[in-house]
Amino acid sequence: MSIATLLEDKRVCVCAGSGGVGKTTISAVVALGMAAQGLKVAVVTIDPARRLANALGLEELENEPRLVAPERLASSGLMMEGELWAMMLDPKRTFDELIERVAPTPERAAEIKANRVYRELSTAVSGSQEFTAIAKLDELYREGSFDLLVLDTPPARNAVDFLDAPGRLTSFLEGRALRAFVRPTGMGMRVLGRGAAPLLGALRRVTGVDLLSEIAGFFSLLGDMTDDFSRRAEQVERMLRAQTTAFLLVSSAQTEPIDEAIWFRHTLRESGLPFAGVVVNRVHHDLLGAREPEDLAASLERELGGELGARVAANLHDYHVLARRDQRNIERLRGALEDSPLLLVPHLDDDVHDVEGLLRVLRYLFASEAERERMIADVVA
Amino acid sequence: MPRGTHTRLYSQVSGGFLRGIPCAAPTQHPRPRLKSPRVHGLLDKRLIFVTGKGGVGKSTAAIALGMLAARRGLRTIVAELASQERVQLAFTADENGARDAAAPKHFVEVELAPGLFTISIDPQHAMEEYLRVKAGAIGQALGHSRLFHAFAMATPGMRELLSIGKVWELAQLERRTRGAASYDLVIVDAPASGHGVGILRTPRTFADIARVGPIAHQGRSIANTIADRSFTGVVAVATAEEMPVNETLELLEAVRGERLDVDAVILNALYPQRFEEAEIDELRQALAQASEPMTRGALRAAVSEHARADIQRDQRNRLRDGVGQELIELPFVFADHMGADELQLLADALEDQL
Repeated sequence: MSIATLLEDKRVCVCAGSGGVGKTTISAVVALGMAAQGLKVAVVTIDPARRLANALGLEELENEPRLVAPERLASSGLMMEGELWAMMLDPKRTFDELIERVAPTPERAAEIKANRVYRELSTAVSGSQEFTAIAKLDELYREGSFDLLVLDTPPARNAVDFLDAPGRLTSFLEGRALRAFVRPTGMGMRVLGRGAAPLLGALRRVTGVDLLSEIAGFFSLLGDMTDDFSRRAEQVERMLRAQTTAFLLVSSAQTEPIDEAIWFRHTLRESGLPFAGVVVNRVHHDLLGAREPEDLAASLERELGGELGARVAANLHDYHVLARRDQRNIERLRGALEDSPLLLVPHLDDDVHDVEGLLRVLRYLFASEAERERMIADVVA
Repeated sequence: MPRGTHTRLYSQVSGGFLRGIPCAAPTQHPRPRLKSPRVHGLLDKRLIFVTGKGGVGKSTAAIALGMLAARRGLRTIVAELASQERVQLAFTADENGARDAAAPKHFVEVELAPGLFTISIDPQHAMEEYLRVKAGAIGQALGHSRLFHAFAMATPGMRELLSIGKVWELAQLERRTRGAASYDLVIVDAPASGHGVGILRTPRTFADIARVGPIAHQGRSIANTIADRSFTGVVAVATAEEMPVNETLELLEAVRGERLDVDAVILNALYPQRFEEAEIDELRQALAQASEPMTRGALRAAVSEHARADIQRDQRNRLRDGVGQELIELPFVFADHMGADELQLLADALEDQL
């Protein structure tokens, strides 16, 4: 199956995966390929390699998608039927813009932005990148000016973080849990019910009064805005669950990312989110089939001269360890995925961070199953 | 790795650590308990944060560092903050790398080998422990309140503060955990770079916001500990690729912005340099003439690896220039999975450089 088939009629593609597997590259390739086929596509990326950013014309941080000049792509031989737009997410700025949009007055927005709890919230806290990435996606989705949005999720250790983090932040902004504690008088007690007074006392004792009042201050600034956050959270939820959304998981063939991929797939299913398939990047394909590297050593030594031949054989031996590992991990993944699509991209000779590199990956992802197998056979032979 | 050495870290026998050979192997490494001259003096610190971009082998480096410290007679604990029990899993994986899901323990100090411990820290458990110790019965009541849980977990930075609070507790000579012995060295397998710096900053931020009261006090104590460079160290882990190198250089700047410094940079997964340029030409010619698919595969694999090693060398130089000091280098491990044997070999590699 080709990526193009997977994403037919989709409006949102969320590329998730653990750190270091090539998520940003795959996101860019998916967007590029779909745009080449005639769609107007925006890719929202977090932190692309500088050369890749340059290749896509992302030198300037604008926090809005910009059209990637078709000439950049045409010079590499890719004809664009549609349009590729790209942006690099600035989490702090996205957060600020969200506050500006939601705040009743500019003065209130300024006060919130100056609040220390907010400053911590919008920068240091883990989860703020995920939250703002989703917020940006939601904004672009609602503007509706793109056929397809591709989101490169923030770098995280595990793919599942992406699903948890925004919710944690949203629930803070909604303030459900907190308002009961920080309301200065009356109500809070009633909400908490009997036994709340000692609890509140204990809380003060543990956290200190200033921290509580700082948080209370933040919430009084937010005021009715919390309802707005709740509404937005619901919209986002609907968008992510829609049949027109596709979660695409990116993995490498190493053991840990594959474990993670299996777990992610499980989590998506549990939470009823639409899963499209897995791209396994940087696969070491088997060069030997049933033969053992040792079988080759003698003939290599004969052909290349003993010492050099032995080193080539040793290299092959090492490569083969990785190829066997990848094969086993992919089989494990395939078993866990049941019928979900699995697309393999071979381990290329260099990092991918220019348009040519993207096109090489693109050829694999946008090929049919049969074409892909043929290409891989070419690599192997 | 020096030119021409072909260290193949391929494990022939991988019996799983707990069933296999213990790493500390004190008889093989009879070392004095205290200081021997070392290039970085890194292991003289009591608390080391190991951070780096996702996927570069941060956990691997943290464990290998821990194994080395244990070999040198330091009572060492590797603390994971992401609650993934990766350390325990690496040590308990079977020969196929499959993991026993029942094995990992949360928030418990587990001894992996003589002198080497691990713990997986999650904010939830850290909070419960903190409340128990700090506020006794009332704290316990708070710990059981669902509203309070929600409050603490949702407050910005609180999860980070709680986790780092536990790390700090582990590094104290007088442990507040009843009956717990002290550690000579606590190695933190910290979150990926961006958050890694955040976590170093969190205690100071809390101290500033809370001003007075227990959290302010706790935040300040932790912040002071982190700021004490003879006590606390930061290690960045990278691989020799464009993005990890960029991120490491950015991390360096960010850490210095917090008035801390990166004490060492570990460059992980370096390919051996097996071939000379002239030999590669020879191999390319042979490839052009070869017809047998296996031979072609072998030649192509050699040429490919050489190309990748070349790129790695450029990135290594860029990193070294940017960091302004020698890097600690770890070889690429050609193995099925990172088990105890492979980790031993990485600890060996560190041994020569630290």
